[in-house]
Amino acid sequence: MLFQDVTFWILSVMAIGGALGVVMVPDLFRAALLLIVVFIAVAGFFILLSAEFLAVVQVLIYVGAIAILIIFAVMLTRDVQHGNLPNRMQMPAAVLAALLFAALVAVAVDTQWEFLPAEQQERVDLVQTSAVTTLTGDVLTEAGITSPEEQAEVQNAGLADLLISDYVLPFEAVSVLLLAALIGALVLVRPNPGTGRG
Amino acid sequence: MSFESIMVVSAILFCIGLYGSLARRNVLAVLMSIELMFNAVNVTLVAMAKYLAPAALQDDISSVLTGQVFAVFIITVAAAEIALGLGIVFAMYRTNESVDLSEATALRN
Repeated sequence: MLFQDVTFWILSVMAIGGALGVVMVPDLFRAALLLIVVFIAVAGFFILLSAEFLAVVQVLIYVGAIAILIIFAVMLTRDVQHGNLPNRMQMPAAVLAALLFAALVAVAVDTQWEFLPAEQQERVDLVQTSAVTTLTGDVLTEAGITSPEEQAEVQNAGLADLLISDYVLPFEAVSVLLLAALIGALVLVRPNPGTGRG
Repeated sequence: MSFESIMVVSAILFCIGLYGSLARRNVLAVLMSIELMFNAVNVTLVAMAKYLAPAALQDDISSVLTGQVFAVFIITVAAAEIALGLGIVFAMYRTNESVDLSEATALRN
């Protein structure tokens, strides 16, 4: 438990420091590099929260694709010497963000959350981890899940099964959205044939 | 590592992202701040999936994965958003020779 706490606080400092850097650092290129630090810290949070599959996806998509795309954009637009200037909305934006933060903290602390019963916690962790590992019968018996029906239930619960059973409609919709976004991006950056400008 | 501390950390991330997306002039900095907000929401969803009991817990143990499913969808939408966003940034740079939002006034009045 202590190890988890220490890791959590290190990751929090990484994430918050990196995020502050993203919005404060004048050099846009450095801001993009600090964004990668935030992404990696968030991947660490996912591992702490027993969402290993999401941590892998986070590193692959955010660090591998999105951050690289942003760095490419920073270098291609050649506006780096201009830097990361604030606009006139700085004070109202800071006030709004502080107010929202106060409201969020009040809600997070005040709400009567319906927590998982402690005896269910280990089972839930196993189900959430089963997205990346094949759980053998021994592990499940050790965790107190002994009856064959329960073992089968835990073994069969997985992110992929949910995505293609309960959530198949949003899954298909989001794939169409991704296709539309890619075609839209291609159309947007295509040279304009009318003016001949690049 | 209590549930509340995770919520507070992701609230901090979200508010920093909100401040950045409202107060920056460079459109790429705004896009980066929006990514910060997406990440904060994902952390919240996954933390809730781990700590809170869903209503359908007794019938179906796989309902504890709902938060992670939604996080997957958010990551996909974020990827689509950044692809389109950068396309718009390049189109803007081509017409304006600048990625400064305070100079993007073509639609004003």
